[in-house]
Amino acid sequence: MPALGADMEFGTIIEWLVKPGDTIKRGDIVAVVDTEKATIEVEVFQTGVVEKILVPEGEKVPIGTPLALIKTEGEAVQPAATVPAAAPKPTAPEAPSILRPPPAPARVERAAATTVAVHEPGRIQVSPLARRIAADLKVDLAHVKGTGPGGAITRADVEHAAEAASARPPASGKAARPAARPTMTPQERHAAMRKVIAAAMARSKRETPHYYLGAHIDMSRAMAWLREENLKRTVNERILYVVMLLKAVALAVHEVPEMNGFWIEGAFKQSDAVHVGVAISLRGGGLIAPAIHDVDRKSLDEIMAALRDLVNRVRSGVLRSSEIADATITVTNLGEQGVETVYGVIYPPQVALVGFGKIVERPWSENGMIGCKPIMSATLAGDHRASDGHRGGLFLSAIGRHLQEPQKL
Amino acid sequence: MTDEDMKSLVLRELGKIAPEIDLASLDPAIDLREQVDLDSMDILNLAVAIHEATGVDIPEADYPRMVTLDGCVAYLRPRLKDRTLI
Repeated sequence: MPALGADMEFGTIIEWLVKPGDTIKRGDIVAVVDTEKATIEVEVFQTGVVEKILVPEGEKVPIGTPLALIKTEGEAVQPAATVPAAAPKPTAPEAPSILRPPPAPARVERAAATTVAVHEPGRIQVSPLARRIAADLKVDLAHVKGTGPGGAITRADVEHAAEAASARPPASGKAARPAARPTMTPQERHAAMRKVIAAAMARSKRETPHYYLGAHIDMSRAMAWLREENLKRTVNERILYVVMLLKAVALAVHEVPEMNGFWIEGAFKQSDAVHVGVAISLRGGGLIAPAIHDVDRKSLDEIMAALRDLVNRVRSGVLRSSEIADATITVTNLGEQGVETVYGVIYPPQVALVGFGKIVERPWSENGMIGCKPIMSATLAGDHRASDGHRGGLFLSAIGRHLQEPQKL
Repeated sequence: MTDEDMKSLVLRELGKIAPEIDLASLDPAIDLREQVDLDSMDILNLAVAIHEATGVDIPEADYPRMVTLDGCVAYLRPRLKDRTLI
């Protein structure tokens, strides 16, 4: 049972989508799990054949419980692995490895690589160089056979694996399935969700020394560009302005990378991938902040499509495991509710949360001229263990700068 | 299409976007964003749904006129009144 969020302790198997004897590819959705927060589709991290289901449908088990045995491809009698793997101990204050996404272009690759650390803690021996090359080449270390001392993975092993992987076509998409039926009533889910939010937020305020910065951003160029752009588009191709905000944040992360990653076991672990968590509120209360993956590498159209899909699935209550677990920074936009300034609470173990307020017409002076401009407040809640106000300030100003060149977003 | 037809069309699409809202208790004159917590994604989805159901492409600049149920009907009236209900 994977840890699908910082404070999840139990999950209930609602439905198995595979049965013993089925061949599965990593990235395939194998089961649907109900947590306190949502119904989540669990992706598998290995390619192989399902040998045995260990946890039947309807059963509630603690995180870390093996769910099924998978026989991996090409290895006849391999010690059977668990589907999505032993997660960190439920009592651990942080859920480190599952929350650390590796850089990878495709969802499938990402899901796979997430397990590396999670799945076999302490088992894979990799040199730092090989690990870095694996990250660059987007190689999933869980699938690399080590030839070094004690089976350690070497640079050459990684490079061979990369060549082999590029020769293989990517795993195919998932077949359409009827939506799984959640096990909780809306009221129960609401109560359970409040408990989860309470735990995460209490932990954040208890452990994370927040600092807060705010800046005003002139949105006239961005909004004018978007208006023009949307005029050219049919209604279902139009983009919401929040998409530009997400992209600007993701690009700013490249300039100030210490905003992007996790505070784990007393140290900051930077993430190369930029998976932006988007706080999505549920009508009637509650909040989920699932991730849009690789926002820095997506076009505005791709981000819009991902956001639309995510909002729909959040509100219908079906999310995927990788989306819940691996945001590297979170954005919350409360401008639509009329909020002018957001003072955010960081979602642990992340280290930064960017808040956007309402765009309001304000007198604004620029180059000695006063005019009326649409102005938006952007705030940063930063983890002072991971970064300082100076760097946070640079980060906010980078966001503002990117929004002055909307055509480059 | 009559006003009643247009109203039920909008309500039907709204119900798909936000299944948890009680359509019967909606006040047609009050902003849907405040009344039932619709956000810009919902309003856009509503515009898309109306477009798909009627062929009327609502330009972004006209979204502010679509934020109440009455507003939706008033907006659609000149564009759909000669249309027969399918």
